[in-house]
Amino acid sequence: MTVVPETLDQRFRDAAAASGLLDVSYDVADTPVGPLLVAVTDAGLCRISFDADRDREAEALARGFGARVLRAPRPLDRVKRQLEEYFEGSRREFDLPVDLRGRSEFSRIVLEQLARVPYGEVTTYGSLAARTGRPKAARAVGTIMNRNPIPIVLPCHRVVGSTGSLVGYGGGLERKRLLLDLEEAPV
Amino acid sequence: MEAVSVPPFERFYEENRNAVFGHLVRLLGRERAEDAFQETFLRALRGYARLQHGRHLKAWVFTIATRVAVDDARKRRAESPVAREPVHEEERPAYAQLEHLADELPEKERAAVVLRYGYDLPYDQIADALHSSEEAARQAASSGVRRLRRRLT
Repeated sequence: MTVVPETLDQRFRDAAAASGLLDVSYDVADTPVGPLLVAVTDAGLCRISFDADRDREAEALARGFGARVLRAPRPLDRVKRQLEEYFEGSRREFDLPVDLRGRSEFSRIVLEQLARVPYGEVTTYGSLAARTGRPKAARAVGTIMNRNPIPIVLPCHRVVGSTGSLVGYGGGLERKRLLLDLEEAPV
Repeated sequence: MEAVSVPPFERFYEENRNAVFGHLVRLLGRERAEDAFQETFLRALRGYARLQHGRHLKAWVFTIATRVAVDDARKRRAESPVAREPVHEEERPAYAQLEHLADELPEKERAAVVLRYGYDLPYDQIADALHSSEEAARQAASSGVRRLRRRLT
């Protein structure tokens, strides 16, 4: 069977990204917390996933943003560079637009508040809820953290329980610990 | 019929790229197949958002690839009508020999003859491309050939 040469495959993926026809471009970034699937739309970063199952992620992206989902590295250059700088310790804030299409209004408000929690600091689910004007919604905030589509960049690892315990993390507690240690957070 | 949703483009591309490339190499030769490959999948990408379901995707992309190859051949003929290198009969792709012969056949028979004897596609894929059964594809090809033979002898 004839196999498409690697260079031709790359050339098509670049051309597809440059054509402006893709709903979502994604790639995989190697990081100290494992391979991360990163995805962008025209509007911005829409997904960071710890899940290595690319097929499943591509399906989910297609449902959320449109079927023209392709692994195309070029549009992810900026995201991958900033992640690299973050893991090296030379970046404390991400400068990336995000695409939170399809999320409920409350989710978006919570995630916007979350984005303001500074590097190296932690907050609690209750206090994040309070900042959105719904102090009793700590549990709902916990659910939103658990389903955070863009972990690390939207730093849900900086949200801990009221007693200071790490509580939970979509990517697993050991990753949360690693991220907080990297930032030298006081927990 | 059961709804088949359109898969992510990545999966469609992964599943079809090698077969499409092989098809184009057979039609155009290795070098020209590379440009035609890119054009085929860019056209597919352009049409992808309008697909209503995920059935017959292989036949769909083979049809696009065949059209790209025919466009490419036409363009080359138009660009260099004089300077065209003489082509030895045995080096001409099989479909080129059938193309003009098959012109006068009814549409379905022409498609079946060209796909079978020109592109060497198996009957199940021809059936896919023609949206018919394998048996109907086989019959269309053989009655097309009978009709051609009558015309040529």
